[in-house]
Amino acid sequence: MSNLAKAPGQLSYVAKDSFVHSLCGATKMAITLCLSIAAMITYHTFYLLFLMLASGMLFVLAKAKLSDFATVGIWILALMAINNIAIYMLAPEYGVGLYESRTELAHLFGKYYITAEQLFYQFNVTAKYLAILPASLVFFYATDPAEFAASLCQLGVHYKAAYAVSLALRYIPDIQRQFSEISKAQQARGVDLSKNAKLASRIKGAVSILLPLIVSSMDRIDAIADAMDLRGFGKLKRRTWYRQKPMRLADYSLIAASVLSIAVSVFLSIAAGSRFYNPFA
Amino acid sequence: MKNLSTRTVVAIGVGSAIFFLLARFLSIPVFANTYLTLQYAVLGFFAALYGPIAGLLIGLIGHVLTDLSYGGIWWSWVIASTAVGFISGYLLKGVRIDEGSFGSKGAASFIGGSLAAHGAAWLLIAPGLDILIYKEPSSKVFIQGAWAFFGDFVTTAVVGTLLLAAYASTRTRSKSL
Repeated sequence: MSNLAKAPGQLSYVAKDSFVHSLCGATKMAITLCLSIAAMITYHTFYLLFLMLASGMLFVLAKAKLSDFATVGIWILALMAINNIAIYMLAPEYGVGLYESRTELAHLFGKYYITAEQLFYQFNVTAKYLAILPASLVFFYATDPAEFAASLCQLGVHYKAAYAVSLALRYIPDIQRQFSEISKAQQARGVDLSKNAKLASRIKGAVSILLPLIVSSMDRIDAIADAMDLRGFGKLKRRTWYRQKPMRLADYSLIAASVLSIAVSVFLSIAAGSRFYNPFA
Repeated sequence: MKNLSTRTVVAIGVGSAIFFLLARFLSIPVFANTYLTLQYAVLGFFAALYGPIAGLLIGLIGHVLTDLSYGGIWWSWVIASTAVGFISGYLLKGVRIDEGSFGSKGAASFIGGSLAAHGAAWLLIAPGLDILIYKEPSSKVFIQGAWAFFGDFVTTAVVGTLLLAAYASTRTRSKSL
C-alpha cells in the first residue's frame, strides 16, 4: 500500500493562547516568506545562525512542542541527510572551489577527501534549511485557516487568488477523506499499488483511484462555484473578511523586521563582495 | 487576476488541494527509495482545462503548501512548478476537452505541451535557479533536474493523457444530439 495511510498531522492548526497565535495571520505569513527569502539569499554563516535563532524563538513563543512534529521531523531529517550525501557524492571538492582554499582532514577513498571547506559549505547548506524550518512549522501550527485568505489579502494579494488559497486549505481534509475512501474501495477490488504488482499495473491502479477523484472533484467545483456565484462572488473590486484581525503595533514591527531581514541579507552580500563568509581566506 | 471567473477560482483551490494530497500521500514505489508521484499529471489536467493562469496558481499554491508541510520552501523548484502550470496551460489553450473532443490529436498536443513545459522547468529553470540562488554544485542539480524531468514528464504524459481522455468521454459532445 502507498503511504497514503499516514495521518497528516503536520498541517494542522492548534488553537493555543500564545503570543504567536495572537498575531495577525498576515504577519505570520510575512515572517515565513521573508525568512525563507533571507535565508535563501545569504551564505553568511553568522547571519544564518542568527536567522536560525530568530526562527527558533518563534517556535518557543508559539508554545509548540517538539513532540507535535515527530512524524514530519523524521522525514525532514531524512531529506536533509539525503541532500547532504548527494552533494558530497557528486561534488566532494565543491567547498574547496568556493572558499579557494584546501584543508585536508582525511582521505576516504578514490577522489573522496574530507576537507574543512567542504564540511563548512555543507554546514551552511544545512543551516539555511534549519533557519526556515521552525518558522514554517509554526506557521501552520499557529495560523487559523479561516484567517488565511484575509491575511493574504492584507499583504496585497488580489482577493480572488487569496480566496483560492483558502479554498485549497478548506478542501484538503474533505478531498483527502474522499481519496482514502476511493482508494480503499479500489483496493477491495484488487488494485495493488505496492511493490508486489508490476509497475504498469501500479500506474493503472493509481489512475483507477485518481479518475473517480477527479470526476467527483469536477462536480464539487461546479457546486462550490454555483454557490459562490449565487452569493455574488467577484461582483465588486474589493471585499471584506469575516475573520480578520486588526494589525497591532507588534504586527507592524514584526513585518518591518522581516523585510529588514531580507535587506540585511542583500546588504551583507554586497558589502562583503560575496554571498559567502569565508573563514579560510 | 481580476478577470478570473468564479469557476476558475474554485478550480484553482480544489486543484491545489489535489496537487498537495498527491505530492504528499500517493506515491508509487519504483525501486528502493524512489517513488513516482502524480501531482504533475493533475496539474497538466487542470492547466489544459482552465488555462495558464489557473495552471500557474495551482503549481504555485500546491507546491508551496507541500514544501511548507515538509518544513521549508525551496523557491527554485516552486518557480519551476509554477512554470510547468503556466507553460502547459498556455500551450494547451486549443484543446477543447469540455466539449468532449479529445482524440489522438488532443493527446498528441497534450504530450507535446507537457514535454515543452517539463523540459523548460526541470532542465533549465530548476537547476539554473539552484545554481543562481542556492549556489549548489552544478553536477548535483542537473542530475536532480534530469531525474525530476524524467519522472514528472512520463507520469504526466501517461497518467494525464489517460485522465483527460477518460474525463472527455464523460462530457457531452458539443455537436452531437
